[in-house]
Amino acid sequence: MSTTATTSNALEKRARAVLASAAAPDARMAVREFVDQVNRDAAFQLETCVRCGQCADACHFYLVTRDSRYTPVYKLRPMLRAYQRERAPFAAVKRRLGLAPPEVTAAELSEWSELLYDACNLCGRCTLACPMGIDIAGLVRRAREGMSAAGFAPADLYKVAERALDSGSPVGIGWPTLKRQIEEQEKETGLKVPVDVEGADYLVILSSIEIASFPETIGALARIFKQAKVSWTVPSAGFEATNIGVQIGSRDVAAALLSRVVEAAERLKVKYVISPECGHAYSALRWEGPNLLGRPYPFKVVQIMELLDQLVREGRLRTRGKDTRRFAFHDPCQLVRRGGITEAPRRVMGGVSERMVELPSPGEANFCCGGGGGVSAIRRAEKLRFAAFACKKQQVETAGAEALVTACANCRNVLEEAIDNYHMTLPVLGLTELLAQYLEPDPAPALR
Amino acid sequence: MELLEFARGPALWFSLFVLVTGSAWRVIAIFRLGTKTDLSEPRSTRRFAAALRGIFARMIPRKEFRQGGKLGVFGGYFYHLGLAAIVFGYLPHILFIERLTGVAWPPLPEALVYLAVGPTFIGLLMVLLERLTDPVLRLLSGFDDYFSWFVVFLPLLTGMAALGSAYPQPTLSGAPLYPLPLAIHLLSVELLFLWLPFGKLAHAFLVFISRGVTGVALARKGAAL
Repeated sequence: MSTTATTSNALEKRARAVLASAAAPDARMAVREFVDQVNRDAAFQLETCVRCGQCADACHFYLVTRDSRYTPVYKLRPMLRAYQRERAPFAAVKRRLGLAPPEVTAAELSEWSELLYDACNLCGRCTLACPMGIDIAGLVRRAREGMSAAGFAPADLYKVAERALDSGSPVGIGWPTLKRQIEEQEKETGLKVPVDVEGADYLVILSSIEIASFPETIGALARIFKQAKVSWTVPSAGFEATNIGVQIGSRDVAAALLSRVVEAAERLKVKYVISPECGHAYSALRWEGPNLLGRPYPFKVVQIMELLDQLVREGRLRTRGKDTRRFAFHDPCQLVRRGGITEAPRRVMGGVSERMVELPSPGEANFCCGGGGGVSAIRRAEKLRFAAFACKKQQVETAGAEALVTACANCRNVLEEAIDNYHMTLPVLGLTELLAQYLEPDPAPALR
Repeated sequence: MELLEFARGPALWFSLFVLVTGSAWRVIAIFRLGTKTDLSEPRSTRRFAAALRGIFARMIPRKEFRQGGKLGVFGGYFYHLGLAAIVFGYLPHILFIERLTGVAWPPLPEALVYLAVGPTFIGLLMVLLERLTDPVLRLLSGFDDYFSWFVVFLPLLTGMAALGSAYPQPTLSGAPLYPLPLAIHLLSVELLFLWLPFGKLAHAFLVFISRGVTGVALARKGAAL
């Protein structure tokens, strides 16, 4: 058995152990994990909170409900208490003097499951607002490690994680489905989608939502890469970009899922892996990935918006005409606020949109769609998610947008559901598809 | 031993000892927790610049978060600036620091310091009132929050009581006319020193590290600061 296979098996085994915790929640296990999660940087952040409450006014869940429990830093309370009791400076002295905070109980963790999962998109707006410089969203991500390892994450997320480990996709999409969609798009565009081509420059991976709901993205990529003369391929295994592991907050699940993509990239010896239109997939692959696997990648990760922007700027993509509707860009939090990709999608969109408008607080301070961070996969959170959309709705109305364009399939799905729920009429488009629509027609179709 | 003698002597040195060792213990203990090297490819490697940006960017709220914010945001500016003017700009305080450290600087005009007392006093009362009435702040608050407020407010109150009696003109370096109010003021400051390393007041130094480490982490991703 190869080293890679052994590593994958070990990762898989650890990931399955996390899922097994759902059967027997254990508060002490959660506490151990909370404490382990608090490294130097996290400790400085936890220790610096002055309880000013400003993070509440940045959180859409608080803004729409005015429920104080949704104050972002309050969501960290069990992890903070565990840290203060077990590891913080003076913890031993305080325990001896009876001044340490009480132990975290299973009942509290069950209650906090809603606060840490249903009512947090990990969107990081609170981080941006905190005057003490506390990365609250980053700390919630850490707190979720404790919750998921000890059986306190929502049951829906454990199920999704199990499905992802079993089938490779959170919604159970396997290669036969993707193959069918690829064939459909090949017919549609008349272009060949390269599969498992060793030595290609770029590896295209996709999110299940794109494959199931927006397969036109595949055709759009084929057209774009044809015009830009990009060497690319899709893997028949390891094509799933989404990673429920980073959402449920389990590094073991995340590593097991991510290793499949990395193995595909290494097997096909690509130079780049393209992170598709999916916010958290980008976080998982670009920022968490090498740390989850404990080694740097032998390839580079590029987000599709960065690549499209680069191809346009290099003159390798030529567009003709522009859409005249009032388009507003919905910023996917993990790409923009948390990922630093703010201008690239706007430049790409500006090339095909004549009447771009900005929503209030655009870019880095945008409001989340309400479904990020795994919330869209939690059925019990649906009502709250739709309520949270009210912030976005108000912004859309203020801007007078006639359509939303985004660069995240999950945002797109969540926005469409919320728009339906509010009986609004507002198309939501994917930027890759929009760009492909306005590509200059191929001058020599016979050469395809 | 007279109370003032006690406050200026053993009580002062003990409280300063606790302040320095407690603060150092807290910071060193956190540093010792360590952190793993981030293996992802950074967008920016300018760590020092990122830390500075992290520190300074948070001094003023972003425009998106200025509306509908807490009263404490403005109250906070009032009393932080006011306290700085009073602690570091008032001549008797500078003389006190000079006696301890040998370091001195020109004082602010006395009228300006007296003017700073008002906003500081009101700012501190505002934040307490908001903490007691705002549902979010009430939920977040505990002993540390109220006691920390108390140990900051007390020196201001005792200082006001001692005002004008401590160092009557023109004998700035002479013996105080009324030693009791001054002793109480000193003891209240020493209570602040004793508490500072252990509660939220430690944000006086922790805030720079917290903002700095977050600035570095976010800047390496090119994320918003």
